[in-house]
Amino acid sequence: MDSAITVPAPDGVLTDEPIEDPRSGPIAMHLRDVSVSFNNRLAVRDVTFEVPDNKVTALIGPSGSGKTTLLRALNRLHDLTKGAKVQGEILLGDTDLYGKGMHPTLIRTRVGMVFQRPNPFPTMSIYDNVVSGLRFNGIHKKNVLNEAAESALIGAALWDRVKDRLKAHASTLSGGEQQRLCIARALAVEPEVLLMDEPTSALDPISTQRIEELMSELKNRVTVIIVTHNMQQAARVSDLCVFLLMGQDGAGEQIEVAPTRKLFTEPDDPRTLDYIHGRFG
Amino acid sequence: MSVSTLPADPILERRALVQSTARRSFARRTLVSKVMLGVCGVTLAFCVAILVWIIYLLISNGVQWISVNYLTQDPSTPTVLQPNNVGGIKNAIVGSIVIDGLAIVMAVPIGIVAGLLLAEADNAFVNAIRTTTEVMTGLPSILLGVFVYEILVIKYKLGFSGIAGSVALAILMIPIIMKASEVAVRSVPSSLKEAGLSLGLSKGRVSRRIVVPTATPGLLTAALLATSRAVGETAPLLWLIGATYTTSWDPFKEQSALPISIYQAFLNGISPQLQQSAWGTALVLVTVVLFLNLGSRLAAAYSQRERR
Repeated sequence: MDSAITVPAPDGVLTDEPIEDPRSGPIAMHLRDVSVSFNNRLAVRDVTFEVPDNKVTALIGPSGSGKTTLLRALNRLHDLTKGAKVQGEILLGDTDLYGKGMHPTLIRTRVGMVFQRPNPFPTMSIYDNVVSGLRFNGIHKKNVLNEAAESALIGAALWDRVKDRLKAHASTLSGGEQQRLCIARALAVEPEVLLMDEPTSALDPISTQRIEELMSELKNRVTVIIVTHNMQQAARVSDLCVFLLMGQDGAGEQIEVAPTRKLFTEPDDPRTLDYIHGRFG
Repeated sequence: MSVSTLPADPILERRALVQSTARRSFARRTLVSKVMLGVCGVTLAFCVAILVWIIYLLISNGVQWISVNYLTQDPSTPTVLQPNNVGGIKNAIVGSIVIDGLAIVMAVPIGIVAGLLLAEADNAFVNAIRTTTEVMTGLPSILLGVFVYEILVIKYKLGFSGIAGSVALAILMIPIIMKASEVAVRSVPSSLKEAGLSLGLSKGRVSRRIVVPTATPGLLTAALLATSRAVGETAPLLWLIGATYTTSWDPFKEQSALPISIYQAFLNGISPQLQQSAWGTALVLVTVVLFLNLGSRLAAAYSQRERR
């Protein structure tokens, strides 16, 4: 592409306010030299960054850069995959997620996840979906469940839509509503960190917009780490951006970590500039 | 964290409650999960143990009978002087090859084409056929023997013959093949069909050129599994094939078959040696069934690999 053509920067990133580094506040998660391999083939190499507390951190990069693979390491979902191995150190607060004696089920009450496609439990009502995490963890008190359900559904901006039909099946909701139900389900156990794996990639633009609007509310409640294909989305919703790229050997590498506005306006690495200007990927 | 400065934040309270409840119930949940895993292990061990026991009995009692003579001679009658003169099972091997082969020839094309129809068409008629098929899968196999006996052996005067057995086995196989090929065809992603239709192909051509080739491993497995079921069937053959002691390649004459041969040897009142030799026949039969199952897995795996 001719370098004389200037590509307009995504909305909301061009202001004169000084750029504040979200990492100057409290930190929710530390990643140190995190590598993920499948059957000894490296998929993500030596990623190191800090996830600021109560902020939105976006993992961006083209297909194959290891965004999702890295995300799934953060709540030990790779434990389910034979041949998968996570190396390095991932700290949640001061807990080493892969430390000795750490059990993945306990970690996952602290690190929740929302997936690419809405996946409400098909046999359960809206209400049962939302409180399922609490019930499975041994909480059965009615008033606790009711409060949690209302709070989580409000948090997912779904309460007004469903408060009169909590007993209806989850499948009666639209795709976007189902995804917000899944967000509510994840919120109800009040995790410290919420992982979102391209949560809008299966949704229409209006539903996508709703969920993006939700993100700025969500971060008051939970630290969000979102994988997204969509650079505009990263620019709109995130405070910190981690840019990953596939290296020579096919493993994803961290190219640049910066406050979102800095990464989108004056990135340090020329490859970041090329990517955000749509010259590849 | 601005939220935490509020007095008694319900969200932080709930977070503490969830995490402490999860931690407290963790030991119990781990124990329950270990116990359940143990129960699964025991049930699995039970199934495997029975299978291993059967195979052990088969091999320990059967392997002594296996020899070239046993496989290539017709049965003979043991005498007091020669109590081990039980002959062989050539008649049963040949009979099984002819009867099962003809059953395959009759059942596989019908079953697969009908299964294709079940998967691709959707109307009241097809639904009625599907229900009928399901009922037929549950039909006691001995009834098929009675049915074919009445119709072919008596009414159309075919007499005891291998072909009558083949017809009974084919009737037994068809619903199994139909059901399994319906599943195989349905597992072809509809996006492939839509891609074909979008190129202007007719529905039939999409079925023939895209759906069937994609579903081939499944169809092959369907045919082989139905065959391995038919090879071991005894009841429908009991009064259809004549159960002779001499070898015949002619399906319109009386024949024998491996499971019938086992039945005859066990029930004979002549000699304990002959009775024991049924283990040899059983070992041959189980080996054949094993290879059919193995073959269907290999075929599926092979065509899967070829596709990549």
